[in-house]
Amino acid sequence: MSGVFSPTRAKIKERTLRTDKYWLQPAITFGVLFSFIIYATFRAFENKYYFAEPLISPFYSPCLSNSCIEGTSILGQPFNNKYFGIGISPSLFILIFPLGFRMTCYYYRKAYYRAFWMSPPACAVAEPHKKYTGETRAPLILQNGHRWFFYAGLVFNVLLTIDAIMAFKNASGQWGHMSVGTLVLLNNATLLWLYSMSCHTCRHTLGGRLKHFSKHPVRYKAWSIASRLNHQHQLFAWISLFGVAFADIYIRAVASGAWTNFYFF
Amino acid sequence: MARKLNLRIWRGDSTNGALQDVVVDANEGEVVLDVIHRVQATQMGDLAVRWNCKAGKCGSCSMEINGKPRLACMTQVSAYGDDETITVTPLRAFPVIKDLVTDVSFNYKKAMEIPAYSHPANLKPGEARMEQVDVERSQEFRKCIECFLCQNTCHVIRDHEENKKSFAGPRFFIRIAELDMHPLDTLKNRKKTAQEEHGLGMCNITKCCTEVCPEHIRITDNAIIPMKERVVDEKYDPLRWLGSKIRKREGIV
Repeated sequence: MSGVFSPTRAKIKERTLRTDKYWLQPAITFGVLFSFIIYATFRAFENKYYFAEPLISPFYSPCLSNSCIEGTSILGQPFNNKYFGIGISPSLFILIFPLGFRMTCYYYRKAYYRAFWMSPPACAVAEPHKKYTGETRAPLILQNGHRWFFYAGLVFNVLLTIDAIMAFKNASGQWGHMSVGTLVLLNNATLLWLYSMSCHTCRHTLGGRLKHFSKHPVRYKAWSIASRLNHQHQLFAWISLFGVAFADIYIRAVASGAWTNFYFF
Repeated sequence: MARKLNLRIWRGDSTNGALQDVVVDANEGEVVLDVIHRVQATQMGDLAVRWNCKAGKCGSCSMEINGKPRLACMTQVSAYGDDETITVTPLRAFPVIKDLVTDVSFNYKKAMEIPAYSHPANLKPGEARMEQVDVERSQEFRKCIECFLCQNTCHVIRDHEENKKSFAGPRFFIRIAELDMHPLDTLKNRKKTAQEEHGLGMCNITKCCTEVCPEHIRITDNAIIPMKERVVDEKYDPLRWLGSKIRKREGIV
């Protein structure tokens, strides 16, 4: 017997005596994240309805495969659509980066360790696992690579911001137009920047690693702003996730002909 | 106006124990520690409970109230419904001594393992100068009252007794962070020992320590994660490591 049932501890048979609905938050987290995983997996393999001039889905941008529609990548299309005879959706070449960024994110770690792995399911609720080594060995030691995904995430933020700017074109490629799709992509890019700038690694990189703020006033100012954003990191993590999903849903609907992209001008 | 409160108190020692029900008067504005004292005075004269300041500043009356780690002196009875039974137990991460009193000596042993502040050799007493902006980050950690609620709720040791030998716990991670961020501390290997000796890597940042802290110290965001990032600087970031070698400095200035 280990943990709260160890021989020297108070003899209480319940795993927890909490009387509140402590299970509700992890249950909601599980439901929402699991739904997103199912949807994202479906979309990553669907390999169609990701482009409706000038809108490109964030799940497929930049579209790097030679099977992609022309004009869907500013980085060229260096990958083949088949390797070893197996067709590969262009989404799979890029999704590892935003996925890795979120998987190793300090907030999402809390969310899925609680909701998926029940380690612990909630505070002061005994977890079901017999052993625990945390993030000291493989595979969880790879969580220490968060900053590399953060850097990659910044590149994607730039690319998705360019996509949002390109959305000021109309379907014929002429500048100076704005549609609902423009707002959707602008919203997506803004939320992703807020999520990245509020990230703990961003905060550390900007100034958190310093010992003497007084010697680095600019970095201190940057750290202070990142710290304020960091208070809302959980909020930005969720709404940016919804923003990405909504952008993809909208563009899929437009590309498939289900919806029309309404132009304001 | 007094109300009748249903209280369930764990009574026993390390060999045996059980929850016992009592009904006790509770006056308006009282906290759980008040009603425990009334039970002690009127119904259970030998009830053991540790307390001191009754002001949320000494950290003595840590216990679990309806399963949540809390200070009894800062928990209002009125926060619970009239028909609700309030269950009070000792901290469940530490060995119980008697009733609501636990043996928290684990924490004092861990405290002794943390190397103390190391003053610059070239500064005599009275010569040290620090800018406010450099010290205010670690001042947050000085608010700690050592109630050990964070230690108690941390699942790394709460649910795994065997981890106690290799895991210092959140209270001591804020101590390490405080020293590592101290502008004059000269000890160079705090990050390495935090990871290799004090078990920083075992923390999976589920933030329970932050949730229960009565001083509202942002333990995870401001101490544990920054320390994890500093460890990454040294152990898992080859570019930072290379930069520190080329520029002949520790990497943090």
